[in-house]
Amino acid sequence: MTGTLTKLTAALLATTLLIGAAQAETLRWARSSDALTLDPHAQNDGVTSTLLNQVYETLIWRDAAGALQPRLATEWAVKEGNPNVWVFKIREGVKFSDGADLTAEDVAFSIDRARSETSPLRQLHADVVSVAAVDDHTVEVTLKGPSLIYPNNVTGTYIIDKGWAETNHTAEVADPTVNGDSYAVRHTNGTGPYVIKSREEGVRTVLEPTANHWSGVKPQVTEIVFTPIADAATRVAALLSKEVDFVQDVPVQDIERLAASDGIKIETGPENRSIFFGYRLDEAPLKSSNITDKNPLSDLRVREAFDLAINRDAIKQIVLRGNAIPTGIIVPPFVHGWTPELDTYSKQDVAKAKALLAEAGYPDGFTITLDTPNNRYVNDEGIAQAVVGFLGQIGVKVTLVARPFTQHTPLLVEQATDFFLFGWGVPTFDSAYNFNDLIHTRDGSYGNYNATGYSNAEVDAKIESLGSEVDPAKRDATIADLWKLVKDQHLYLPVHNQVVAWAVRDGINIEIQPDNSPKFGTVTFD
Amino acid sequence: MTDIDAPNAATRFFASDVLHSFKRSPAAIIGATVALILVLAALLAPWIAPYDPFDPGSLDLMDGFTPPWSTSQFTPHWFALGSDNQGRDMLSAILYGSRVSLFVAFAATGFSLLLGVGSGLIAGYVGGIVDAAIMRVTDVQLTFPAILIALLIFGIARGIVPPSQQEGSAVWVLIFALGLSNWPSFARTVRGAVLVEKSKDYVAAAQLIGVHPLLILLRHILPNVLGPVLVIATIGLALTIIEEATLSYLGVGVPPTQPSLGTLIRIGQQYLFSGEWWILAFPAIALVALALSVNLLGDWLRDALNPRLR
Repeated sequence: MTGTLTKLTAALLATTLLIGAAQAETLRWARSSDALTLDPHAQNDGVTSTLLNQVYETLIWRDAAGALQPRLATEWAVKEGNPNVWVFKIREGVKFSDGADLTAEDVAFSIDRARSETSPLRQLHADVVSVAAVDDHTVEVTLKGPSLIYPNNVTGTYIIDKGWAETNHTAEVADPTVNGDSYAVRHTNGTGPYVIKSREEGVRTVLEPTANHWSGVKPQVTEIVFTPIADAATRVAALLSKEVDFVQDVPVQDIERLAASDGIKIETGPENRSIFFGYRLDEAPLKSSNITDKNPLSDLRVREAFDLAINRDAIKQIVLRGNAIPTGIIVPPFVHGWTPELDTYSKQDVAKAKALLAEAGYPDGFTITLDTPNNRYVNDEGIAQAVVGFLGQIGVKVTLVARPFTQHTPLLVEQATDFFLFGWGVPTFDSAYNFNDLIHTRDGSYGNYNATGYSNAEVDAKIESLGSEVDPAKRDATIADLWKLVKDQHLYLPVHNQVVAWAVRDGINIEIQPDNSPKFGTVTFD
Repeated sequence: MTDIDAPNAATRFFASDVLHSFKRSPAAIIGATVALILVLAALLAPWIAPYDPFDPGSLDLMDGFTPPWSTSQFTPHWFALGSDNQGRDMLSAILYGSRVSLFVAFAATGFSLLLGVGSGLIAGYVGGIVDAAIMRVTDVQLTFPAILIALLIFGIARGIVPPSQQEGSAVWVLIFALGLSNWPSFARTVRGAVLVEKSKDYVAAAQLIGVHPLLILLRHILPNVLGPVLVIATIGLALTIIEEATLSYLGVGVPPTQPSLGTLIRIGQQYLFSGEWWILAFPAIALVALALSVNLLGDWLRDALNPRLR
């Protein structure tokens, strides 16, 4: 009896091992949500961009350290004799997956498509006047003025085939507010290392390597199966039970458990993203407060009290279990303009915070409503709950409202919130991206996410000068000035820079990226 | 009319079959004891809970994830059942949480009772088109699971209430949704009982001497149909406790700053894999104990009031 059982077990084990070996080249990938579209110019969203990054390619991308690296463009420089023009040399011998050649025409077409009225990527190309293909492999981008940073702005703009788009009547980005459907939303034709073999929206997407990638390198991963699993516990269970090989969006509470599990390793690394709170700080009374004749947060002392009330180290230790980098500024170290001095943060000092509140005329505190997303950032709702507690200790009674991210963002865009949690990733790696959208007065293409009501003409002028300042030293001085103001005036309440965690089965080598976007073309197996 | 030599209510109760059968049913005694303890604990929460879990200012984040029966690593606070992710004492959270759960369950059951008994009396007594109309409505509603109806009503109510008042109104919306989803069973039972009672002589007698129909319904018929109503109300109470927990577990019930048992279970479920079992286990045990004890009571009541089962 025992003998039979041993044999059976051995046979079972052998089959399991065999299956393991046969599947070694398939990478089963799970994360919390699915890409919103396949049209690379129809969403400015991290999850969408990550999936499309395997299929489409950009002119320039970044390595794991955040440095610019050539991709479809082999070199780029400011045009001699005209500082307003950037010249991109386009790689030769690149083919789209349908066999068409990549030409400068396609690149010009793609940038124009990404800066069109219906594309959410347009703010990255706001200074572009015109894009021209001067020959088959050279593109010139003419800007409003000289720009030091424009190449940073093309790292999220995927290149599509002009002929393919026109043949399939998808030359324009479908307006998401009208219908949002088009051929490009459901079909792809990119130059990237993978093509989409099958896709069932929200359920499963299968990718396989393209036959003729320009790099000549055959990716070791010969099949990618992408499955969105919304529930965190289910996602982790899928990895533990070997249903998937690679999990993004690993819940912080499970990192330790997974790291201790046999056959699973955890990769963590800082993401290029700050998590912070914002509040209305103009003179108009808050909508959700018991103080109805003025806005307590328009008083610098109250904002300073908020800053002193929160214990960033405790948030890091308890809410994020060590997976965070507490900070005193709303910009991560990857970004040009960040300094260690800006990064220093106040230690919790409840007595001083209470004294400041009393001095400002609120010895008994006041009430306010805090809006937080509950499915976007690492433990976002937990961070907000902790801050409710901290502010309660200084007498500020906070009502917490948690919503899914899709309902949270409109509150900021419509300035319908008094106090909110938000995160800001910086794809351009330059401080201007923060200032433009978070500090500048809400006006035209600026201040889209500035829900604080902050408006200062002098500051606005400084921010706008960053777009066309050619003297790096002078530009850096302006950036430093602006950050000092943001910090001294407590325009936001910084918490930490996010640390992301990936969990992967042993034997799979994958390098964590600061944009939280894996590059499957470079994944290797032991 | 029936009281010829009226003994007082207490005497009647102590002499009744009901009490007799209660004494002989261990399940009923256990159920009643557990339910009584839990209800009392919930009612007395502000006096017996070691901490006030609804006051965020009193929480210390550094107490987070303290295991049961131990002192926090960083502060001198001691927790009998451990603390959750925010440093909230689980025992206090459960005591206050069952308060929320019980309040919602009682209010919602009361609401369905009012609605169900009222419409059942009218349907049964008036008959005809009114009866048909009310019964078709219950038929339609009974084809959907009650939880689905509650979700639907909750969703619509959420849409109507302005965002700034959603937080404060959540409990009332929940009561309304749960109450509205459970009335058909009351209506059908009462209607059936009314149809039986209506043809009896005492009703005919009352009708003959010209008693107002409303008075006949309330004074004569209602007391005679209350038995079965009491049974389904008790079982309905247990069901509502579970339904409330389900809705809160799905994140559409009461807000996390005033957690019910379901909300606590939802919070705890995130920590299943990481070893902090007490955040999920204790609220779940409390919920099971509460629902089970009320259910046992309901079961016993059904048997006790049904002469055929004696």
